[in-house]
Parts: sequence; structure tokens; C-alpha cells
Amino acid sequence: MAKVPIKIDGHPIEVEEGTHVLEAAQSLGIDIPTLCHYPYMTPYAVCRICSVEARDDKGWTKIVTACNYPVWDGLEIYTDTPRVRNARRINLEMLMSRCAQLPVLQQLAERFGVEKPRWGFGEDTCILCGLCVRVCDEVVGAHALTFSERGIFRKVSTPFDQESDDCILCGACAQVCPTGHIVMNDIEGRAVIHEEFSMGPNSAISVPFRQAVPNVPIINPEQCIHFSTGGCEVCSEACPKDSINFEDSDRFEEVEVGTIILATGFKIFDPSSLRNYGYGKYPNVVTALDCEVMNNASGPTGGRVLLENGEEPRSVAIVHCVGSRDARTNKYCSRVCCMYSLKLAHLIKEKTGAEIYNFYIDMRTPGKGYEEFYQKLLNENVHFIRGRVAEISDWAVTPEEEGKLVIRAEDTLIGAVRRIPVDMVVLSVGLEAQSDHDDVRRLFNISCGHDGWFLERHPKLAPVSTFTDGVFLAGACQGPKDIPDSVAQAGAAAAEALALIDKGHVDLEPNTAFVQEAVCSGCRTCMSMCPYSAVNFDDAKNAAGVNEALCKGCGTCVAACPSGALQQKHFTDDQIFEEIRGAFTYV
Amino acid sequence: MYDKHTKDKQFEPRIVAFFCNWCTYTAADLAGTARMTYSPNVRVIRIMCSGRLDPQFVLAALREGADGVLIGGCHPGDCHYQEGNYKALRRFTLLRRVLKDLGIEEERIRLAWIAASEGDKVQKTINEITESVRKLGPLKLERRGLLQAEPTILDTVDAAVSAPGGVS
Amino acid sequence: MSKPKVAFYWCASCGGCEEAVVDLAEDILKFVEAVDIVFWPVALDFKRSDVEAMGDGSIAVAFINGAVRNSEQHEMVDLLRRKSQLVIAFGSCAHLGGIPGLANLHCRQAVLDEVYHNVPSVTNPDRTEPMERFEAPQGTLTLPLLWDTVKTLNQVIDVDYYLPGCPPPVKLIADAVSAVLSGQLPEKGSVLAPDIALCEECPRRDTKPEKPALKEFKRPHETTIDPEKCLLAQGLLCLGPVTRKGCDGVCTKANMPCTGCMGPTSHVSDYGAKALSAVASIVDSNDESEIAAILDQIVDPTGTFYRYSLPASLLHRAWRPATDGGRRL
Repeated sequence: MAKVPIKIDGHPIEVEEGTHVLEAAQSLGIDIPTLCHYPYMTPYAVCRICSVEARDDKGWTKIVTACNYPVWDGLEIYTDTPRVRNARRINLEMLMSRCAQLPVLQQLAERFGVEKPRWGFGEDTCILCGLCVRVCDEVVGAHALTFSERGIFRKVSTPFDQESDDCILCGACAQVCPTGHIVMNDIEGRAVIHEEFSMGPNSAISVPFRQAVPNVPIINPEQCIHFSTGGCEVCSEACPKDSINFEDSDRFEEVEVGTIILATGFKIFDPSSLRNYGYGKYPNVVTALDCEVMNNASGPTGGRVLLENGEEPRSVAIVHCVGSRDARTNKYCSRVCCMYSLKLAHLIKEKTGAEIYNFYIDMRTPGKGYEEFYQKLLNENVHFIRGRVAEISDWAVTPEEEGKLVIRAEDTLIGAVRRIPVDMVVLSVGLEAQSDHDDVRRLFNISCGHDGWFLERHPKLAPVSTFTDGVFLAGACQGPKDIPDSVAQAGAAAAEALALIDKGHVDLEPNTAFVQEAVCSGCRTCMSMCPYSAVNFDDAKNAAGVNEALCKGCGTCVAACPSGALQQKHFTDDQIFEEIRGAFTYV
Repeated sequence: MYDKHTKDKQFEPRIVAFFCNWCTYTAADLAGTARMTYSPNVRVIRIMCSGRLDPQFVLAALREGADGVLIGGCHPGDCHYQEGNYKALRRFTLLRRVLKDLGIEEERIRLAWIAASEGDKVQKTINEITESVRKLGPLKLERRGLLQAEPTILDTVDAAVSAPGGVS
Repeated sequence: MSKPKVAFYWCASCGGCEEAVVDLAEDILKFVEAVDIVFWPVALDFKRSDVEAMGDGSIAVAFINGAVRNSEQHEMVDLLRRKSQLVIAFGSCAHLGGIPGLANLHCRQAVLDEVYHNVPSVTNPDRTEPMERFEAPQGTLTLPLLWDTVKTLNQVIDVDYYLPGCPPPVKLIADAVSAVLSGQLPEKGSVLAPDIALCEECPRRDTKPEKPALKEFKRPHETTIDPEKCLLAQGLLCLGPVTRKGCDGVCTKANMPCTGCMGPTSHVSDYGAKALSAVASIVDSNDESEIAAILDQIVDPTGTFYRYSLPASLLHRAWRPATDGGRRL
């Protein structure tokens, strides 16, 4: 469409012919108030608040509503003349005669100098802007709302005022309503599909979290109105790059690869099983991960460390070795917890000035700068108590313990049991292998070691390979470790994978089975032995054969062969008999 | 030459073990790197999978002088080659019955499932089989003239003692 | 030129191998013409002293059948070995120990007890047993000493060739004889039969399932045997896969599973161990108790797998703990 020159408040601009004045003004940054306007819906022009003065070059002038007045060549618009302000004032007085209590109207009234509405103060909350009806009709496509009755009885409702089966509970009407008249209710059996998370998104299309990779929005088909009614698609209209694709769906893709790196990570120990620590019972007992989330500037508290009641704690206990170094739970040391506990101690101290108590068994701070960091905390007057925490409870024995969480622990350095009341307890939970480690390792034909960590080929000499060629390990899935070690290991795994790819060839198992055809009688006993289908049968020769590329070299078929025709390279019967003889040669 | 029948020394069983490469042999390596100590009576022969274990090997070991045989494989379901250990189980089940008929006590031959991380189980199993075989005593196949073509004196003496009227 | 001298002797045997020679039928005439039989207890009247009188190595070939289990047999085979250039172990008993070899599951005294005292049809109130020496008024009577252990021929003397089978198939005997007479013999120590298992020549071979797997075992009297299908596939313990061919599959053709009389191929050290390995391998289960239940259906595994070959096996015999003197059955 052709562009036409217009002027708004004296500013010249070229816009496409037919654009409404409101959009043209918005593109210039000129604010025109509206009540019944919402982007992506046809304008209704019923509230008249967007009234502006239109003039041409010959002196003709008229009050028009900016939301639905199309521009034409030579149009001049004035948004703040006395005439405009007067028009708006009168309309506001009329609106207030119906809904005087609404904050949105009161704000506009103040802006345009309405002092004494001449038609009184009404107590209704619906200004009949029709946004809800229009959004339900045009955008959502559910058609569940409508205007009913006439004159002063006109109202917005569902047909016949009955609960509507067409309503999909999307909450769009509540979202667009400028006055808060429309409220979402959970009707029994029909939950609102539009959930509010404190930390998460509250829209059907959103970026999952700030650090998501790729950092693009995804549509949740369960919440999305388009998937429910076929309507809306507002996000697609809004997108300047036209990159919204409602047809996109999950695809299963088969990718053939030659190497795999497993970096499936870990999970934290769940302290709910330790009843004496009260996790899940006392809201101010949190795990270190909960504490990290709180400390994060983009988290739900904006980085502030808060108790459940919203106040800052004045004393915090940090309990080391929860789920680590413990015969009841995990015997191993999780390696990272002492350092992160010290970090949390420092952060909490810095943010809140609270008294911090770290209950530890040993302080494990190896490497560069870590011991020095511990020393720094000692100098910051963080209290370190060497002893396992026996119990965390809210049973107060003295007046100063009232309303607090009481830690009972033996202070082994002074040889006494202590009771320390604190506001908040942070449990430094250990690292554990993922719950599905057995399924995953079977999928990749590798082994798990103790406690479910994936087994490396050799603890010293091959920490990133597994016993299955081509499958490598990186990070905490192989054992608890911190970020620098994980990164180093990831680099090593990538290098090994690249080396394998780069070589251009793969070394096969040399100890494959082979058939001495002259001896093979065709009894087929070996045929049921091979899980890799490496043993095949040649009907013409009436003999079995071994496909060397498929044979993995286990020798199970060899032990089954009743005539000794099948043998295994490097593990022939004769070789093993010699080994047996050799075992008794000297001693 | 070592004589296991020396009266003043405790009988030291000689046990041959067939360990599968991926699980049991690795676990034995782990026991080594962890410096676990266990009875030195076992001589380990490595095979790629417990499925390679031919019953002939067990018999050959006993014939060559073993007082006991230990077979180590991956746990059922975890075989590096999927199912080799199940085949080993089938063969071992039948072999046991035949060995029983041949008078070889059940405690001398053992099949153990030991995973790659179970170095402690290697230690435990080797100690256990050494002690049970020690209690049973040497297998003594040699004394019965097994390896000689001629009848031994023992055969003749046995026969002479049993004949009514005796023999001069 | 004098005809080559040939001797036949029987140790612990049933006489079937002698009959097998006779089974040469008309061909025996050609044989008899070509050689000079100098010793054949079952058929001719030559005495031991006649053999002793011959020069060492003067007998071209001695065919010895039967296992060796008493002192007389020992002496005789020693004698024949001295007097012969070639000794051929004839039949399963000489080759592997044969059926008498199953006595190796017991000891000498247990055998005597069973035969002379425990068998229901025996009445022996004086508990008489054979003895090696008896002083009779007329003089001293002696009997050979019965051994505890049944031995194969090659566990007692040096053997040149083996003719397997119980008895050896007539064709193999004829081939062996021609080979000896023409001097075209294979490497010393060979078994004179094809080195490949029975399945190769069995007419039921093509009915074998692609991947044999069994959930139950049956004995011949427990089922109607399909005359066309592979016997092992029917759950019968056919040891064809473990056993040498050369017998023309007479047993499987007669609708009976192979019992293994021809012994193992040259690539196997212990027939019974390999047989049990092959049979156990095709048990169709991975569950410990199910495997045990299926194998329970093999009523006498030792007798089945070592029927002919116990003395030749790696362990030779049953070894009871020394404490009870080996007298337990």
C-alpha cells in the first residue's frame, strides 16, 4: 500500500494509507490514552477516550477516535487541544457515573482534570469496553462471552448467564480487562490452564528460563489457545521475523554417529529421608541448591536471602556432609560441598550480616586459592564447628531458642554437645548418580561402578574412556567433581572422540571366532549362541561361518561347538590348555 | 619342587580361576590397585567372556593339579557381550551334576558373578574358596595313578587287601 | 613271500567286535587269503605260548579290542605290543574305554559286591568271591587280578591307530584293512574314520531348526519319535553333533538317537565335557531355576555323555574322597 504524508501534533510522518491514527501516533512515541483498545483486535471505539482533533489544510476540523480513524494524505492530527481535553473529560464523567471506584478511571480523571462528575458516582466495575467479548470472539475463537440486555441493563456475560461449555478457561478475558472486573475461578473439575509460577513463565509462549540454550521462546501446547480453539496466533502476528511455526512438533531423528560422549550429570541428595534434619517439615530448612536459587539475582527473590516470612535471617547454619561420608546414605565424599558451603557462608554473611555457623567434619579445600578462601572466612568471623549435626528441631528449651530452629551438634574440638538456635538452616547436600543410571548405562553397553557413577576404563590412565570403544564420559556422571574438573574432562573426552574420528579407521577386535570348515558338520549348535548375529550358515557348504566385522570376540559359540570346529583367535582351546598347564609349572 | 603334602606345612590349595575380561578380571585389577590383600592360592586365567568357558577347561585344571576351580563372570543381565554369562550358567549347572557323579565335592568348583567395581567381592570370593578347599583337603588325583599308564602300586594293594584270604 | 601275520585279541569286551570282523561277509575270504592269522582266541586254537615263541615285531598288525582292566589283559597286550609292528585299537572299548568303562564310576570292590552278593538273582550264602590265588589239593589255582580302574588300550601300551565304533562299521574295517595291507596309512596315532561329526551325513540334517533351542528333554520311550525330523530338535539326547561320522548314521536311520560310540573329533579333548557343553548351551532359558528344571529331565548326565568314553576322559574315573577308601557307590 502506498505511504501518505500526515502530521501529528505538528510532526510530519509518512505512514501506509489506511493505518489508524493511534498506531501512527504510537510509532512517533505520542501517547494517546485508551480504555477499550487492545493490539491485534479490531477497534471498538466505544470508550471515546482516544478522541483527537483531525484537521485538513483548508480549516475543516472534527473530533475523531484515534483507534479506528484511518489516515489520508494531508491529514493533521492534534492530540492535546482544549477541545480534545474537553471531549475526554465529558466521556470520563459519563464513565464515572457508572464506575467511579475504578483506579484506572480515577487515574485518567486526575490526568484530565475531572473534579466533580456531573452525573454522580457509580459503583459498577465493568465499563462495557467489550474487550473481553472481542478477545474471546476474534483472538481466542471460543465465542463464550457476549453483551446481553439493553440500555442501562447492558452487561457482559455468557449466553443466558449460564456456565459456558465453550469457555476454555484460557484467561484471555481476564488479561485484557482494564478494570479487573473479570476474575478467573477454578471451577470444579476444570482447572485453569493458565498457571502462575513464582519463578517461571506465565504465558503459553515464553523463554523457559534466562539461561536457556537456545535462548528462544517455546510454545506450551497445553496452555496455548491456538492449539485449543484454532484462533489467537497473536504471537505470530507480533513476530517481526515471522518465525513462529505452529506446525512444529516433536520429531524422532535417527542420527548415526561413531562416537558418543555421555555427560548426563548428577542429582543432588534428597535430604527428606533424614528425618532428624527436618527438610520438608520446617520451611526454613533448605538445601544448598534452594539457597543458590535464592541468591541468584534473576531468581524469585531477586538475589535476597529471605526466610519464609519474607524477613532476612539473623543467624544461619550451614550443615556439611548431608548425604556424604555417611554410612546411612553415601559413604563417599562429594568433593564440591565444602567449597560451595564456604561460598554460601560468605554470600549470606555479605548480604545479611547474619551470624553464620558451618558444621563440618573436615574442611576439604584443595587446590589454588581454596584454602586461602577458607582463611578469609575465618577472618570474617564465620563460626566453624567441627562436628556432625545430630538434630535440627524447633523445640525450644531456653527463651532465646523460641521461634528458632535449634541445631544439636557435638563440637568435637571442645568436647561438648552444643545447642545453637538459628533462623535458617542450609543443608549442604552431596552429589549422587542420576536415578536412571542403570537404564542409561545398559543403553550404551557400559558399566556402572560403585554408587552408580559410570565406570571409566581406568581410574588413572583412562578416566574419560569406557570399556566400550567410542563411548566417552565427561563430568559428574563419572564421579562427583567440580566445574574446573568437569570442563577439563569434557575437553579430554572431546579430544579422544576427535582422535577416533580423525584416525579414519577403527581397530576391530582381533580375538574373533573362526570356523574350520573341514571339521564343521553343520549341526548349528553355534547359531543359537550369538547375540550379534555374527554366526551365519552357508547351506551350500553345509558349514557355519563367522562375520568378522560383527563378531565381538566373546567366544561363547566356541565353547558350544561340539566338534571343536569353532575356535577363537588368541583364545584357542589349545592355548588355554597350555595356560592351565603353565599355572602349575613352578608352584 | 613344591610338595603340597608336606606334613609340617598347612595345606595350601592350588586353585585355577577363569575370569571374564570385562567384569571379574577388571575387578581383580581394582582389588590390586586398591591394595587389597587376599589368599595367594589362585592362578587367574583370563578369557574374554565367561561364555568362553568350556567345561573341558575345568576338567583339565583338575587333572593338572588344581584342588579347586573358580569361574568369574558378569552379573546376569550385565554381560559385556549381552548373554554369554547365561550360557556359562547353563553349562555350569550341568557340569556340576557330572562332577558330583565323578566324586568332586561341590565346594571345589564355584561360579561367581562379580562386577567390574566389586574388587572387594573378588577378595572375599577368593578367600572363601581357598578356605573351603583347604578344609576339603587336596584333590589327590595324582595318588590314584591318574597320569600314568601303568597300574600303580595303590591299585594292586587295594585289590590285595580286599580279597578274602589275602595274598602273600 | 610270506603273508603278513595278523593277530586278534579281546580284552574286556562283549565279542561284538569279533562279530564285526565276521560281518565282512564275503570280503573276509579275500582278507583271509591275503594274510596269515596267527592268533584269534574266539576263532582259532593258537595259544599264548605260540605268540610268546614268535620273534619280536614279527606280527604285522595286531587288532586288539576291549578295555584293559585286569592283570591278564595287561600281560597279553604287553606281549602283543612286543610281538607286533602295528597295534590297532579296535572298537570303542579299546579306543575310549567303552561300556565297561562305566565301572570307573565305582571301585573294584563295589563291582564284586554287586555281582556276587547284591544282585537279586544271586544266592551266595558263603560270600564267595573270585580270588587271585587258591591253594587246591591238586595245586595252586590263579585268576587274573581285577583292577579298580578300567583303562583304554593307549593308557597301557603304545597304540598306532584307532578304529572307533561299537562295533566299528564294516566299511571302516574294510578300509582300515586295505590301508594296512597297502601300506597307505595316515599319521601315527590317527583315528581311522572321517574327522567330522555325524550331522554331516545324517539324512535328517536338513530338518534342523535354524537356531536350535530346547525347553525339554525326552527319553526315547517317553515319546513317539518322528522318523523324519532331527532327533535333537525333538528333545531326544542325540549326540550326533559331538560324534564322528563314518557309521552311515545307522542308529538315526533306525529312529534312535546317536549315543556317541564313534567318539569325538580330533579337536576335542574330552568327549563328555564337550557333549554336555553343547547340550547345555541350547537349553532355552536364562533363569537359574528354569535351567535347573529343564536339565533335571536329563536323568543320568554322566552315563549319557560318558557312555563310551569315561576312561578316556580328562579325569578318567570317579574320585571319591580318600577318607572312605573309595568304597561309596
